Amino acid sequence: MQISFTLNGRPTTVDVEPATLVAELLREQLHLTGTHIGCDTSQCGACVVHLDGLPVKSCTLLAPALDGATLLTIEGLQGTSGSNQLHPMQEAFREHHGLQCGFCTPGMLMTAVALATEKPDLTEADVRHGLEGNICRCTGYQNIVVSVMAGAAAMNAAKGE
Amino acid sequence: MGNVIGIGASPKRKEDQRFLTGRGNYVSDIKRPGMTAGVFVRSPHGHAVLRGIDKSAVLAAPGVIAVLTGEDVAADKLGSLPCGWGISDAQGVPMKEPPFPMLAQGKVRFVGDMVAFVIAETPEQANAAAELLSVDYEVLPSVVGVLEAVRPGAPQLFDDVPNNICCDWELGDKAAVETAFRKAAHVAKLSLVNNRLIGNPMEPRAAVAEYEPGTDRFTLWTTSQFPHVVRFLMGALVLNIPQHKLRVVAPDVGGGFGVKQFHYGEEAVITWAAKRVHRPIKWVASRSEGYVSDRHGRDHVTEAELALDETGKFLAFRVNTLANMGGYLSTFGPNIPTNLYGPLLGGVYTTPAIYCNVKVVFTNTVPVDAYRGAGRPEATFVLERMVDVAASEMGIDRVEIRRRNMIPKEAYPYQTPVLVQYDSGDPMGCLDGALVAADVKSFGVRKAASASKGKFRGLGYSTYVEACGLAPSRFAGRLGARGGLYESATVRVHPTGQVTVMIGTHNHGQGHETTFAQIVSEKLGVSFEDVDIVFGDTDRVQFGMGTYGSRSLVVGGAALSKATDKVIVKGKKIAAHLLEAAEVDIQFEAGKFSVAGTDRIKTFEEIAGAAYVPHNYPLEVLEPGLEEQAYYDPVNFTYPGGCHIAEVEVDPETGTVTLVNYTAVDDVGTVINPMIVEGQLHGGIVQGVGQALFENAVYDESSGQLLSGSLMDYCMPRADHMPMMKVATHSTLCTHTPMGVKGCGEVGTIGSPAAVINAVVDALSHLGVTHVDMPATPNRIWRLLQNASLPVAAE
Repeated sequence: MQISFTLNGRPTTVDVEPATLVAELLREQLHLTGTHIGCDTSQCGACVVHLDGLPVKSCTLLAPALDGATLLTIEGLQGTSGSNQLHPMQEAFREHHGLQCGFCTPGMLMTAVALATEKPDLTEADVRHGLEGNICRCTGYQNIVVSVMAGAAAMNAAKGE
Repeated sequence: MGNVIGIGASPKRKEDQRFLTGRGNYVSDIKRPGMTAGVFVRSPHGHAVLRGIDKSAVLAAPGVIAVLTGEDVAADKLGSLPCGWGISDAQGVPMKEPPFPMLAQGKVRFVGDMVAFVIAETPEQANAAAELLSVDYEVLPSVVGVLEAVRPGAPQLFDDVPNNICCDWELGDKAAVETAFRKAAHVAKLSLVNNRLIGNPMEPRAAVAEYEPGTDRFTLWTTSQFPHVVRFLMGALVLNIPQHKLRVVAPDVGGGFGVKQFHYGEEAVITWAAKRVHRPIKWVASRSEGYVSDRHGRDHVTEAELALDETGKFLAFRVNTLANMGGYLSTFGPNIPTNLYGPLLGGVYTTPAIYCNVKVVFTNTVPVDAYRGAGRPEATFVLERMVDVAASEMGIDRVEIRRRNMIPKEAYPYQTPVLVQYDSGDPMGCLDGALVAADVKSFGVRKAASASKGKFRGLGYSTYVEACGLAPSRFAGRLGARGGLYESATVRVHPTGQVTVMIGTHNHGQGHETTFAQIVSEKLGVSFEDVDIVFGDTDRVQFGMGTYGSRSLVVGGAALSKATDKVIVKGKKIAAHLLEAAEVDIQFEAGKFSVAGTDRIKTFEEIAGAAYVPHNYPLEVLEPGLEEQAYYDPVNFTYPGGCHIAEVEVDPETGTVTLVNYTAVDDVGTVINPMIVEGQLHGGIVQGVGQALFENAVYDESSGQLLSGSLMDYCMPRADHMPMMKVATHSTLCTHTPMGVKGCGEVGTIGSPAAVINAVVDALSHLGVTHVDMPATPNRIWRLLQNASLPVAAE
């Protein structure tokens, strides 16, 4: 079937098998391999993307659900603030060493941006609770939590400008 | 020169840009023209005779290109998956080493054992066709636990391995230990289980293989921590592919933790199959598939006894362990519970006599091999639990008994009774630092506050040492290593002065691209931005043993340091010629070659230019070019260690253990990048906390089914399980590595399980609890409390 949606700001039309998962569509057909698949039970969160502004696990979403929707993936995060600079959340992860092997990072970033958008005054407990659906095996989460707090503050500051 | 960023600085990581923007290059991202999809059919039974396989329905399915089984492997006369270590018993009798065919032959020995490989045009077709494979199994009883496996009458995995015992290994002076026990004022005893773990790097294993008939060359892209070792083991010992006809690439790898440091059957099958079908093939494991095929870790059952004099001094330590090997010997399997375990049983203490017996046992489970820490967390857990048990039984404070037995800083180098000689360390300094950082003085106040909320609060210590920087080849060879354990680096200076380093270690999260660039930037005085680190490709990197055992900086960094030294030596020769001075008068500092005592200088860039445009150049005595290579074989292991202090709160209503504070003060030697070291410590600690509180690989005893076979069933640490940790370093310098480094990748995982469980036991000690097995889940604690609370209630 044919579906049309906005992908990282660009109108996109693709032919898909209706049983295709969004994560597979992105990785295999659209060559956007930044969205990762780390499990088969919707637990790890490496595949999180934004569907109409909300974070979803793209490994659990069928492609037809995209028709008419707006999708943002990790590849589109850079430059969402207008320039081609890293998003403040990406910058915060770099600054605070919020990543090691990088595999969980795209999902972490997409979840973090959604958390900070939803609740501008995030506490540490909010962040830890909000990251429940994203597993990282490298960092022990500490620097991710620090990064998300800093990234959220930077997003707030940018909004205020 | 430019932006020199050297040792001790924390520049942001070079590798981050691609990972932050979704532009990493992991194996599952790779696409090749004409690529097909491969799927493994795995045994659903723990133990069965393979009576026959009927491929016909699979071959008739849409899109199927080929189906390969163990019979095809045998027909092509391919080798068994090799074990890299050969251990022996006390009499020198070698371990039993049954073949490990890449696709099962005759029998399957664990759930997940590979039976067939199905290749089709698409992953969907391969998956659908694989369902159609008809396998005739004669199911046999399984045995999954080590205690059951060695009992008379237990199911036997191999005809020629009686009682499933691969090797009955020992270390230490048994007679001296017995004598000491006879003199002891007190003997403390402890039985414990070191729980079985599944590594769970976030990137599942994957491989892509391709064969080029025009050149007769194979390429394997694989999620590996050591591509050169895969090329050697697979090419030379399994598939009979000459080394120069085989390229192994491990690009970005999403975490390893040991799970990706073995040569897996999947790698061999897919490479062999790529030539048979003359098409590239891709295989990507699902997480569930990883659970039944990634090598597992730990899984010990141990009885330990500590002999003490009346003052609490340790006289002797005796440890008997049954270690699970799973269904076959994996690449490092038998080395982990023996050579990486027994020699660490001295810990940071002066115990004069130690004896350790380890029975290495086959069971119907996934093969067990190294997982972050590998043998050393198991040793630390036995010893640090034992110390607490002894202190409690003798009524000595837990910190005081550690102090009475600790090796004083001035006693280093210190020869232990179990092979290893610690070159440097200051365990007392780490302990003192941690006591302050953890604010142990005020623990009583916090405990009272918890009690007022109806919670039990406990504090736990782990003062530990590990052996890493694997490894001195000659020493390892005596212990049974079948390969060398050196490392290599090439420093290629370009005509414009930028530098590319080719190194044999592998970066899969550790930040090597940054740390190694700092070493080069400092030593050569070149800009940090002007250094790139290349790894993970046997066509680009000369040779290397890869990354595991906290070895990359210790051994790889030393090779890199040596290679840069050689660049400087050659640079001085060129400078001497250009500056018309004697070579001995040339100094090199901060990127400049100068004649001592003059202002005549040549920059590093000028020397590099001269090396590649040798018009004014001593060609009669010196080759053009500026590229140097070094191999480094360490003279000893390194011995990082430290003190970890965990503080927990137990809710008696639910049995839930909450980690409320965690403090670590570690001695990792010279710190190149403090930000990266801290990150390694955080991650390591949480993996150890995971073992202590959450993680457990559980098999059904009769069927051999893995019950904890998904992320829904195997509890991984999550962000809200952890408090903010306090980590710090208290370093003494390694005396035998070029930069004084000791390694930091595994310390967190080695120190933490004992600290956490000691805290849990402390929290419950008023109820008479003396030991808690890992993981200390709410269920386990709640049951303990139900049993323990009866006599208390009766008081």
